[in-house]
Amino acid sequence: MSDARAGNAAITENIYYDDDIVKKFIYATIFWGAAAFVVGLVAALQLAYWPANLELPWLTFGRIRPLHTNAAIFAFGGNIIFAGIYHSTQRLLKTRNYSDFLSNFHFWGWQLIIVGALVTLPLGYSHGKEYAELEWPLDVAIAVVWVVFAVNFFGTIAIRRVRHLYVAIWFYIATIVTVTLLHVVNSIEIPVAMLKSYPVYAGVQDALVQWWYGHNAVAFFLTTPFLGLMYYYVPKAANRPIYSYRLSIIHFWSLVFIYIWAGPHHLLNTALPDWAQTLGMIFSIMLWAPSWGGMINGLLTLRGAWTKLRTDPIIKFLAVAVTFYGMSTFEGPLLSIKSVSSLAHYTDWIIGHVHGGTLGWNGFLTFGIIYYLVPRLWNTKIYSQRMMNWHFWIGLLGILLYYISMWASGITQGLMWRAIGENGQLVYPDFVETVMRIVPLYYVRFAGGVLFLTGFLLLIYNVWITIARAPRGERAVAVQVPSRSSDVTDIGTGHRKLEALSVIFTVLLFLAVLAGSIIEIVPTLAIYKYLPQTAKTEPYTPLELAGRDIYIKEGCYVCHSQMIRKLPYDVLRFGANSTLEESMYDRPFQWGSKRTGPDLARVGGKYPDMWHLRHMIDPRVITPRSIMPGYPWLAAEKIDYHILRKKLSVMKMLGVPYKDEDVSNADINAEKQAAVIYEGLLSQDPSLESVKDSEVIAIIAYLQSLGKKTSPEGVATSNR
Amino acid sequence: MNIIFLTLGVSIAIALVFLGAFIWAAGKGQYDDLETPGHRMLLDDYDTDKKKQQAKEETGK
Repeated sequence: MSDARAGNAAITENIYYDDDIVKKFIYATIFWGAAAFVVGLVAALQLAYWPANLELPWLTFGRIRPLHTNAAIFAFGGNIIFAGIYHSTQRLLKTRNYSDFLSNFHFWGWQLIIVGALVTLPLGYSHGKEYAELEWPLDVAIAVVWVVFAVNFFGTIAIRRVRHLYVAIWFYIATIVTVTLLHVVNSIEIPVAMLKSYPVYAGVQDALVQWWYGHNAVAFFLTTPFLGLMYYYVPKAANRPIYSYRLSIIHFWSLVFIYIWAGPHHLLNTALPDWAQTLGMIFSIMLWAPSWGGMINGLLTLRGAWTKLRTDPIIKFLAVAVTFYGMSTFEGPLLSIKSVSSLAHYTDWIIGHVHGGTLGWNGFLTFGIIYYLVPRLWNTKIYSQRMMNWHFWIGLLGILLYYISMWASGITQGLMWRAIGENGQLVYPDFVETVMRIVPLYYVRFAGGVLFLTGFLLLIYNVWITIARAPRGERAVAVQVPSRSSDVTDIGTGHRKLEALSVIFTVLLFLAVLAGSIIEIVPTLAIYKYLPQTAKTEPYTPLELAGRDIYIKEGCYVCHSQMIRKLPYDVLRFGANSTLEESMYDRPFQWGSKRTGPDLARVGGKYPDMWHLRHMIDPRVITPRSIMPGYPWLAAEKIDYHILRKKLSVMKMLGVPYKDEDVSNADINAEKQAAVIYEGLLSQDPSLESVKDSEVIAIIAYLQSLGKKTSPEGVATSNR
Repeated sequence: MNIIFLTLGVSIAIALVFLGAFIWAAGKGQYDDLETPGHRMLLDDYDTDKKKQQAKEETGK
């Protein structure tokens, strides 16, 4: 490897970069990207046209939506991050990656996790926590693969030939360290079965941890790594230095220190204490400045070369991506203002905001990088510039259709929800009326998605032909780099490898210590402090718990919130505002983030059991214009009574005040409660014999308990 | 709500680690020169590789 040339042995040596791993990650990006976009399109169609749910359990929106988000973020986004990091880090640090074995372990491990997600999510194995839906075996696998990635990356830093760390490297470091902690803290859970677990946190605790994680998944998975890529590929593609290196350093350090505090802006106007909401809001607004500094820095890199915007499609993609970064980081803090959030929260405005960021910023940056890398890695030219241009314009039009339709939809529905007439009553008391108004916009969104995917198909074809026509059988080209022997600290490669270990160990030690202390602290914080309050709220009965787990399995939370905000129009529509006590035993919390259907926090007792039964099997029997999918299989699948003892014992261990006999009689008690509900239904309709012991009975029990578990001194339990 | 001490604690720990990293970086002179790094990253593209590619492009025309 270090075949130093005679004569200048002390100055340079020839090495080979590992570009195979970059190629693999690019293939994976394209493959999973296509999958993520197709699934997204299915989800969009289902919202516009409910029969597209096809009444198949694994194809229903509640299960498809987590599949789409996980595939888009972690499969499409993850793979391009790894491709870009492995490609640019080697070149910035002038060294081959630390270990080819670790690189390949990372690659195959990550793909296996994605396959695992692809199988388990449609089958309904889900945590019910957004962007962290994967069940515990996959959570463990993610942690292992991520640590392997960290070892490989910090090893590469340790054996670098350039002392200076370019700003992109700093962004990668922040990503790797922070994602490790976010994932570990948010995924502490107690397994109940092979693919079922309960988080140690409950209610507001879970909400805080989840959105601390959820927001930082955006910050440290969709922002910092992509900013690192921006700081490498935009200057490279434009062949001119970043506008201000100084500004890039300020951008990095201010983001790193501010981003982590912004999570509570996902919980504005909820039962979360006001001071925590205000804290999240203030830090979110503070993000405005550094984000825009970074955006301007990226764009002004093109100064004096604006003409490339017309001639070079790669520059078009990158420049538009940076523009969308600017738009998203303007909109984000705006939405974090409490009064704006009161309008936008739970509506499609948030969906539009997210897709502006993911399609515009992450997507277009990714496409630019793919078009930049493929010809270079395969040592050829891109097959068709025209096709790149077409991709650009079709894709951009798709994003604009998506974004604008979701703005219109979100603001329309938000205004309808809050409209109060002169008599003090809601102007649109019927929830479905506000849904019907925006369904046409769902078709526009679908059309936008079709265009975005069409553009991506052009990329696939273009890249395919480019690679097919690339010269074959060429050996990798050696590159000339400064020799390590010019570095006084070096005593040969063997020693350098050992030195590398010390850096890796330091980082791992930090992560291990932190993870260890978290695991020690969490139980005390999450359990015991809760006990004094138990008098107020009753825990779920075993049958209700079974129903709750079906609610989570079917992904009901992706369309229904369980959090009535402290806002007059929320209270008028759904009943008294939710309190912290009401969700204190909820593992996971199900406050939700989107209301495609109405809030369910106080649905208990509002309708008879028969109403729920008919509604679950075919919602249109009850609400003719409903867009909710039917769940006929719930009336056929039988309740798993057997596992309830285990479930209650885990809950008891986590501090829920079940008595020993509650645990040991869990299955019997559940069967008894189910029999009561079943007989009630049967007395009204003798043809319902087949629903005996079916899952729909459990979900009815759960829905009827919502808002009824907390005694009156905590909160009023009336329906409306 | 006690969980806020955990998220605050972890967040502060992360901030402290990055503060340490910042002090280390500044002390090591990572930020002494805020001009050339932006230019230098453009130059890394190898001698052998680039020459070969240029030669190819020329013959291609």
